[in-house]
Amino acid sequence: MYNMKRSPWVMHYDGSSCNGCDIEVLACLTPVYDAERFGIINTGDPMQADILLITGGINSQNAPVVKQIYEQMPRPKVVCAIGVCACTGGIFKDCYNIKGGADTVIPVDIYVPGCAARPQSIIDGIVKAIDLFQKRLEEHAAMVAEKKEA
Amino acid sequence: MNTVITKILWALAYLIFAPLIGGLLEGMDRKISARMQRRVGPPLLQPFYDVGKLLHKQTISVTKSQSFLMLSYLFFMMITGVMFFIGTDILMCMFVLSTAAMFLYFAATVTSSPYSTIGASRELIQIMAYEPAVLLTCVGFYVVRKTFEVGSIIKADDSAIRYLPGVFVAFVFVLTIKMRKSPFDISTSHHPNQEVIKGVTAELGAKNLAYFQITEWYENVILMGIIGLFIINRNPISIPIAIVVVLAVYFLEILIDNCSARMKYTKMLFLAWTVTLIASGCNIWLLMMILGD
Amino acid sequence: MYAIPFLICFPLFVALLLGIAGKGKAGNVITIGGAGVIMLSSVAFFTYCAMNGFKSMELFYETELADRLILAGEILLMILVTVKCFIHKRYWISLLSIIPTGMIAYVEFTGEHEQIAHIYVDRLSALMCLIVGIIGSLIIIYAVGYMDGYHAHHKDIMDRRYYFFLLLFVFMGAMYGFVLSSSLIWLDFFWELTSVCSFMLIGYTRLEEAVTNSFRALWMNLFGGLALAIGIVYYYYTVGDLSFRKFIEEGVAGNPFSVIPITLMAFAALTKAAQLPFSPWLLGAMVAPTPSSALLHSATMVKAGVYVLIRLSPAFQDAATGNLTTTGTMISLIGGFTFCVASVMAIAQADAKRVLALSTVSNLGLMVACAGVGTPETIWACIFLMIFHAVSKALLFLDVGATENSLFSRDIENMHGLLIRLPRLAIFMFIGIAGMFLAPFGMLISKWSALRAMVDEKNMLTLIFIVFGSATTSFYWSKWMGKIIAHVNLDSTMPVKDVTKKSELFSLWIEAVMMILLCILFPFLSKVYVDPLLNDMFNSNGEVLPMSILYMLVIIITFVFAIPLITSAYSKHIASNMKMSYMGGINTGTNHNFVDSFGEPKKLFLTNYYFATRIGVRKLMLPSQIVTSAILLLMGCIIFGGAL
Repeated sequence: MYNMKRSPWVMHYDGSSCNGCDIEVLACLTPVYDAERFGIINTGDPMQADILLITGGINSQNAPVVKQIYEQMPRPKVVCAIGVCACTGGIFKDCYNIKGGADTVIPVDIYVPGCAARPQSIIDGIVKAIDLFQKRLEEHAAMVAEKKEA
Repeated sequence: MNTVITKILWALAYLIFAPLIGGLLEGMDRKISARMQRRVGPPLLQPFYDVGKLLHKQTISVTKSQSFLMLSYLFFMMITGVMFFIGTDILMCMFVLSTAAMFLYFAATVTSSPYSTIGASRELIQIMAYEPAVLLTCVGFYVVRKTFEVGSIIKADDSAIRYLPGVFVAFVFVLTIKMRKSPFDISTSHHPNQEVIKGVTAELGAKNLAYFQITEWYENVILMGIIGLFIINRNPISIPIAIVVVLAVYFLEILIDNCSARMKYTKMLFLAWTVTLIASGCNIWLLMMILGD
Repeated sequence: MYAIPFLICFPLFVALLLGIAGKGKAGNVITIGGAGVIMLSSVAFFTYCAMNGFKSMELFYETELADRLILAGEILLMILVTVKCFIHKRYWISLLSIIPTGMIAYVEFTGEHEQIAHIYVDRLSALMCLIVGIIGSLIIIYAVGYMDGYHAHHKDIMDRRYYFFLLLFVFMGAMYGFVLSSSLIWLDFFWELTSVCSFMLIGYTRLEEAVTNSFRALWMNLFGGLALAIGIVYYYYTVGDLSFRKFIEEGVAGNPFSVIPITLMAFAALTKAAQLPFSPWLLGAMVAPTPSSALLHSATMVKAGVYVLIRLSPAFQDAATGNLTTTGTMISLIGGFTFCVASVMAIAQADAKRVLALSTVSNLGLMVACAGVGTPETIWACIFLMIFHAVSKALLFLDVGATENSLFSRDIENMHGLLIRLPRLAIFMFIGIAGMFLAPFGMLISKWSALRAMVDEKNMLTLIFIVFGSATTSFYWSKWMGKIIAHVNLDSTMPVKDVTKKSELFSLWIEAVMMILLCILFPFLSKVYVDPLLNDMFNSNGEVLPMSILYMLVIIITFVFAIPLITSAYSKHIASNMKMSYMGGINTGTNHNFVDSFGEPKKLFLTNYYFATRIGVRKLMLPSQIVTSAILLLMGCIIFGGAL
């Protein structure tokens, strides 16, 4: 199977949050940490993205947006919820407009805890996501092959 | 018969090795860029990993004709390159190259999507900005060598750059536009979260984006070939010199890319045309006066 | 050889018939029948010439009666123009008609000259006849269907369509006469006839704007006619001859007395070919119904100017030194400048017809520049530009007209997704536009050879104009093409009904097929027709363009047609997953609407760049007119000063 681990392109979406995790994620992708040495590129376009990083909770306004962006990504794809708000809704959980974590609208694969999430754990989460990305490719290939046979 | 076989070999060599060379150049580009920013940077073969991944992903498109147009773009670029490297008419090559560029424009505009349409319009402006310089480069070769044939141009006694320094400067200047590098990356932003997202490539995902990347490699090799054409002559020593010059020009492009911010299109158009007129135009005009009769 | 009087007189006869009996059904039948006969007869004439091996023929030495008729016609035209001018209170324009007519009539009455051939047929005039015959008749056939739709939309305009058809036929007759005449007197008459015809056609709607524009066209063309008449009279009194052929031979031989007449005639050709500073008349001609603008722009009128320049071009090379004469430099400079500036102005236009008009001016500029340089290579380029331009412009004009009748708009922005909404018309439009600038259609190879010739002639300024002009040309064409092919969903836009009539489609089909055939066959055409034409013209031998470049073109052409076919066949097999277009996640699902800040769907509206405030006609026309007038004045002074 093709080794896809060498080129995971991430896309970052910030939901309803305090922007803490948002800034942490972007800080992880700056030249200081040099994510590009693992082939990671931060792309702004879902059509070209492999891993979706979500920070912040889901409210009724951004729910369809998150869903649409997720749908526009080609398979294999992985979703990584970063920070406690994206995981469960966090401290905003009980607000009138908050639906909860990212998994209320799209399937989330990796949950990275923290408020705000620490760079170490974000990178750890992405590394886990990369492993999963490879596995997803195998699933995808099997599915395509199955379809062809049918 | 012998010449036909060499020509076929050249064509095959271009088709096979151009993407390899182009990919390596891009890998080098990313590595050097990283070093300029005090980073380690991705492995040299990273562009190949990226394209490999894109080819293995699920095929997606916004409109059905996208992949048809992108493939046409790729094939036209291949033909341009083959024409160039088997030593035919350089002006004709450039005309076919502009036809190829048209297909990229179509692929972007056919989606009717806001970001790629803006990117496409800007791509057209870029084409308008660099076209005069490219045509004048061909004309410059004709003035010096009395022929458009690439095969005859490289058989001259001395390097064309001796006569065409201005044309060379103008060509290197528009090369930045043609390679979509900062400060002229106005049609495809190199970085995310900008006003055009990914410009012309915004709606290209998976396979289509891979075609785009491969075409860019093919194109860069042609452009570098033109740079080499300024140097290469009958003397075999000129070939290593040409390679050095090509690498130096590529390095210069990387340097410019890394230390400049994006310009507005008006400024780009103005600058490109002014440089073309002054450097290239005056160079050719003087040549005509000197070489006359 | 009675084919030639037939060619010239038959359209006039049809016009007469229309004038007498042309109403309702009968009028339509006469029009279509007449156009059909003209087309067939021009093809037959061409075949006849081909069977003769295109031997140059000089005919009709004794033409007492015809001479009288033409003189009468000339005076009639003068009276017509004068009356029109007085009705519309533009008295001074009538002078531009009275003076040349008086001069020519004086020469005719008092002068004595040798017997000359009045008709001359060679490859060039046979080719012009073919172009005029086929394209012109196709436009007339199209007009029958078009005027129906036109008057259905424009109730405020009086329906005088048979008068309109009549004028079109007169125009055709005048064009035939013009390209076949070898007598300078005849040439002058047909010249004036085309000027007056175009004046009447432009003023067809009788609206305020139409009248203004028609008089502008009239005075500019009559001004050219005045220059022509002065040239003829001067030539007559210095050399004592009235043969057009002799006229050119004298020029080529370097007779000092022929410098001024040739300059004046070339100047007249500039006005007719709508070069700057005289371009406004052609732009104003857009107010008339589409068929007349198609006729003016593609096959006739403006091509008359180019035809004269091609005829004169051998005289632009100085016989003694082999360099370009000042006249040639002036012509090529004006042409190159017009090519560049008009294409820049075309970028700022959103109205399809105005884009076409400016592109005509710009392309004519290229042709004029080529003709002005006057080497076999540039004339080769010029002739091919002319052929391709005639076909693709006719196609585009007719297609835009048909699209306007269906779409109720000719704004390019409204043609978004035309390929889905009006597929037939969009494909015709696409072919037409591709013919104007894409490889491997003829425009490109002509540009190739023009560039090379400019370098050989060391014509740096014109070279720069061509290089920059070709960049701007491809900009406005490709943005139009992009608009046509953009994808739209059928349900989300207003349904459009294709109301194109059969007669309109007939013309469109033939022209589109001709366009593609030309593209495939033109290396062949170059070898068997244009090369011999140039060899005749320049008394030379051999091929103008190296065969290797033509072979390469054939290969490119094959690829250009093959690649899209192969890739589209291949890409059909790729199972693709359709995604919505990216709009930051707020695409409502149709690719046409997005969610606005109130949560409501809002229509997406995409436009092209036009830079209208920077480079519009209003901004650029006057300065460029001043520049070109200055060039003309300055170089005119140099030429006249040198000659007198």
